[in-house]
Amino acid sequence: MRLTLHVWRQGGPKQTGAFKRYEANDISEHMSFLEMLDVVNEQLIKTGEEPIAFEHDCREGICGSCGMVVNGVPHGPKDAITVCQLHMRTFADGQEIFIEPWRASAFPVIKDLVVDRSAFDRIIQTGGFISVRTGSAPDANTVPIPKVAADAAMDAAACIGCGACVAACPNASAMLFTAAKVTHLGLLPQGQPERLERVTKMVAQADIEGFGYCSNHGACETACPKEISIDCIAQLNRDLLTASARGVL
Amino acid sequence: MRRLLAFIKSSVGKKFAMAVSGLLLLGFVVAHMAGNLKVFQGAEKLNGYAEFLREVGAPIFGHGEILWIFRAGLILAVAVHIVSAIQLTAQAKAARPIAYRRSVHLEDSYASRTMRWGGVIIAAFIVYHLLHLTWGTVHNEFVTGDVYHNMITGFQVLPVTLAYTVATGFLGFHLYHGVWSALQTLGINHSRLNGARLMSAGVAIVIVVGYLSAPFAILFGVVE
Amino acid sequence: MDLRAGVPPGPIQDKWQRHRFELKLVNPSNKRKLEVLVVGSGLAGASAAASLAELGYRVKCFCFQDSARRAHSIAAQGGINAAKNYQNDGDSVYRLFYDTIKGGDFRSREANVHRLAEISLNIIDQCAAQGVPFAREYGGHLANRSFGGAQVSRTFYARGQTGQQLLLGAYQALSKQIGLGAVQMFPRTEFLDVVVIDGTARGIVTRNLVTGKVETHAGHAVVLATGGYSNVFYLSTNAKGCNVTATWRAHRRGAAFANPCFTQIHPTCIPHSGDYQSKLTLMSESLRNDGRIWVPQANGETRRARDIPDAERDYYLERIYPSFGNLVPRDVASRRAKEVVDGGQGIGELRNGVYLDFRDAINRLGEQTIAERYGNLFDIYQQITGENPSDVPMRIYPAPHYTMGGLWVDYNLMSNIPGLFVIGEANFSDHGANRLGASALMQGLADGYFVLPYTIGDYLAQVKFENDDVGHAAFADTVKQVQEKTKRLLNVNGTRSVDDFHRELGQLMWNHCGMSRTASGLREVLKTVPELRERFWREVRVLGNGDDFNQSLEKAGRVADFFEFAELMARDALERHESCGGHFREEHATADGEALRDDENFAHVSAWEFTGVDKDPVLHREQLEFEYVHLTQRSYK
Ligand SMILES: Cc1cc2nc3c(=O)[nH]c(=O)nc-3n(C[C@H](O)[C@H](O)[C@H](O)COP(=O)(O)OP(=O)(O)OC[C@H]3O[C@@H](n4cnc5c(N)ncnc54)[C@H](O)[C@@H]3O)c2cc1C
Ligand code: HEM
Ligand code: HEM
Ligand code: SF4
Ligand code: F3S
Ligand code: FES
Repeated sequence: MRLTLHVWRQGGPKQTGAFKRYEANDISEHMSFLEMLDVVNEQLIKTGEEPIAFEHDCREGICGSCGMVVNGVPHGPKDAITVCQLHMRTFADGQEIFIEPWRASAFPVIKDLVVDRSAFDRIIQTGGFISVRTGSAPDANTVPIPKVAADAAMDAAACIGCGACVAACPNASAMLFTAAKVTHLGLLPQGQPERLERVTKMVAQADIEGFGYCSNHGACETACPKEISIDCIAQLNRDLLTASARGVL
Repeated sequence: MRRLLAFIKSSVGKKFAMAVSGLLLLGFVVAHMAGNLKVFQGAEKLNGYAEFLREVGAPIFGHGEILWIFRAGLILAVAVHIVSAIQLTAQAKAARPIAYRRSVHLEDSYASRTMRWGGVIIAAFIVYHLLHLTWGTVHNEFVTGDVYHNMITGFQVLPVTLAYTVATGFLGFHLYHGVWSALQTLGINHSRLNGARLMSAGVAIVIVVGYLSAPFAILFGVVE
Repeated sequence: MDLRAGVPPGPIQDKWQRHRFELKLVNPSNKRKLEVLVVGSGLAGASAAASLAELGYRVKCFCFQDSARRAHSIAAQGGINAAKNYQNDGDSVYRLFYDTIKGGDFRSREANVHRLAEISLNIIDQCAAQGVPFAREYGGHLANRSFGGAQVSRTFYARGQTGQQLLLGAYQALSKQIGLGAVQMFPRTEFLDVVVIDGTARGIVTRNLVTGKVETHAGHAVVLATGGYSNVFYLSTNAKGCNVTATWRAHRRGAAFANPCFTQIHPTCIPHSGDYQSKLTLMSESLRNDGRIWVPQANGETRRARDIPDAERDYYLERIYPSFGNLVPRDVASRRAKEVVDGGQGIGELRNGVYLDFRDAINRLGEQTIAERYGNLFDIYQQITGENPSDVPMRIYPAPHYTMGGLWVDYNLMSNIPGLFVIGEANFSDHGANRLGASALMQGLADGYFVLPYTIGDYLAQVKFENDDVGHAAFADTVKQVQEKTKRLLNVNGTRSVDDFHRELGQLMWNHCGMSRTASGLREVLKTVPELRERFWREVRVLGNGDDFNQSLEKAGRVADFFEFAELMARDALERHESCGGHFREEHATADGEALRDDENFAHVSAWEFTGVDKDPVLHREQLEFEYVHLTQRSYK
């Protein structure tokens, strides 16, 4: 198949970017979207143009490295997958495809489609953990956890930190990412001692990083490759309310 | 205390203010609608009601005092609501300086997308509405105190009724997302008990129908 | 070259306890003055960095991804072993030890493996306490599955994302320390060389992948936790960024490289579909618990799988290995798959796979149960192939997956360069010639949480030097060499892309140094690789410049190292005149095609010393003693 790509090219953080048009010929529908870009890059290298920079590593939807907005949709048109899992059979021959980076002031562009997501790390650093010294843990079976709770925690823990939620949110809010971690740890008995402290600090950090607020649009949930539910956001709001209420007493 | 301050400063805190003020406004809108419906019971009932509003609390309170207390609360709610709306909207704009070339709406609904403009329209409407039926400034047959007369003569004018219709429509959208959103913001919502969505839809419909029944009844001469 | 393992004396059950007692301790007030450089933030690196920071050391941690959380450990699916015996099915530390030695085909160190089995218990406790959402039974206790040929259920798992959840646990522990300022994290930073001053590791040279700045970091000790080198085959289940650069450059500085030819080919991966293929995707081995592997009896069969009656199917593993059936170890399963495909019974468009069939399991347990067990794996498969495994059997084929070889380390996980420690997949590890499923996560976390933090203290307690020698000439020299290499790559400005060369190298290695190897094939490799390498340096084209974000340049550096490493790998394979575990030499097989070990001459670790590119490396041997597990020919019949 042949495709017409409009790819966002941006030399560096300080420079201004623009869309550039590329023709991608003899693309197989078995290729993954990133393999299609590989092919385009091979051609660019031949013609002496710098290849398109895009983030990727595992190429199987688990590391969270990859991410780009394909025709306005983070990770592309298919639900519940990352762009590295997107296959070309999803597209029609001769289709026009616009490829952009995540757009959020908290995710500054480094080059082309590569953005700096370190803000996510800093949110986790303020409280996205359970404090337990190495070696100080009791036998794992001394704290039974109901299967439902464990499963629900796993649902939230599946977040891969890709940033698609921010990219999709009309307010560029990091609420779903933050809520996923708050919910994962908050559902487990081990997570209780730090629960209120955790949510307070993580939300504060998200604001500091310059993410938008959450107005419950639910676009994040739709874009999330791991189908993290916005119920997590309600959970976060609930915890934050409790935290501040306790703060008064 | 520290946590409380952190909360108030946080975006979620502002959302919380938005939700609470929003729900208060909702309370008013519902009550106000109930009042309006008295127009179907005739002049005495409606005017009596309007009069009652001003006389409640007597003799401890003077004419209109209680009403003013309510109005004060109302004005405060609207103020809080609008201010946090503006702050949050500003934060959102700052968070995405460059828009997407192609924006596909993954958002929930048209309603969720029109909260801001819808809100502004509602605000504008309220101002117009006060000038129209409270102070009569833009009402050429206005008779102070005769609410019934003012409504009848007011809504027999087609453009006026249409203006009200548009405004109430936006209010409906605003509430369709707003009520559900408020529950989510207050952490009450969960998709497993997804009555929330239906409820907000119900509220929106009741409000729109309830409000528009009077103007159209009047327009089509059902009520004179 | 000093290859003393330093295994403590005494009965195997007591060695580690006793050793821990004998290790020197660092005075708490000194810890703050001691700086440790941890390269890598995978299970091994993150757990080590976090634990060392907790102990009070000053820690710097490096990774090439944009976040520590993306280390390749994240991709591990199946599970992690521990001898908890929660299932009461007769498991024990000793049994895990025994299985691992045997599974490794008797090419690993007994003492290390026993330690690993002991520590496996603490790992699960630690991770559960961190909030890793392991699978649970309705009673609320931890669930287990049997995995990768084990006959007891000792594998703990979190859906099909065990590695992700374990890594996030370690990442969160690390994040806490970063938040406290105890660890300084350097993401998007590539390790390019270790600085050795009078024989000891004193620091590292790195490149900031965003600004291109080459920087130096001095430390009292350097820890490499940089993972495996499966990408020498170009196509593997490893992430694209996985590389040999860190370990290879340390090797060039004098660290011995042990058993480079011990690579693991994983039996259950999705067959490739074209030349554009950029990586291969693993389908967790746990699938073999319920899936049955078969090929049509007839060569060049054209019917759809469903239309082929059982009578005309060859469930070859069940046929050849009645007792283990589909659960034979990876190396065996892989080799048998190769046999049938080479024999013309391969299935799929390219006839490059075998079937993994869930029909019977679904009939037995119901679609619901199977979906619960493998749901997300089925989704991944369908995503890639467009086929749904609950209707049509999966197509699978072996692919490079894990590398048992790595830098040589002693019982304290220190390489032969004092002050240079190596943990996780990067060291030559406890897996001998073949790793059992679910034991790499175990080893990575054992090294990082529970071994290195103690053993490194023994070294640090003795270091004399101050840590202010960044000014030392050795640093300047190393930086210069690194910069020159970068300049060279940029200046070739040839005609072929880096990937193009990598693909060619990978093909060569896969054909002659992959699942089965022959002397002639390996000589072929030794002849071709230097030529290819020479061409690479003449014809490669790396655009852009060295002082900004340049992915081609990153790749080029890594591929250049693969080109040097590939030669060593082939040489090691050639020198090992036996078949063992993942290393199968066709000349050394039993009548019925099983690996034939030669314990007389090869019960040793081959540790190679670098003497220069285009110069023959020197082979050193560490003899392996087996006091507890008796050397037997593995048989899974
Ligand atoms: C698809 C797949 C599935 C697997 N499933 C299982 C399983 O079910 N059970 C099991 O036990 N094992 C499994 N394994 C094996 C296991 O995941 C790995 O062996 C283990 O995670 C390796 O961990 P590590 O910390 O040693 O290295 P990695 O996790 O690979 O981490 C390497 C780190 O080093 C950094 N690094 C590398 N090179 C450089 C450099 N030059 N400069 C700077 N930083 C560098 C990287 O950034 C990264 O942070 C699987 C492996 C794969 C590929
Ligand atoms: C469309 C149907 C509506 C009708 C027929 C209607 C009618 C009236 C009337 C007659 C009054 C004057 C009452 C008095 O002076 O005693 C009034 C006041 C008011 N209305 Fe409405 N209204 C309508 C919709 C709305 C809506 C949608 C809002 C707000 C969202 C609103 C907000 C108000 C407010 C704030 C006042 C002033 C109340 C006060 O005096 O304190 N009205 N309305
Ligand atoms: C006066 C002008 C108004 C403006 C400018 C306004 C604006 C807004 C905005 C911007 C939001 C936030 C939407 C989001 O979450 O992003 C909002 C929410 C809301 N508004 Fe209004 N609104 C107005 C009037 C009203 C009225 C009259 C009512 C009630 C009848 C109301 C009820 C609500 C509710 C319930 C919410 C939901 C709060 C939440 O999302 O948590 N608003 N409004
Ligand atoms: S919540 Fe979903 S979209 Fe957001 S970072 Fe996590 S996985 Fe990505
Ligand atoms: S889309 Fe944005 S507004 Fe909230 S619900 Fe999701 S973060
Ligand atoms: S590359 Fe790892 S998730 Fe896409």
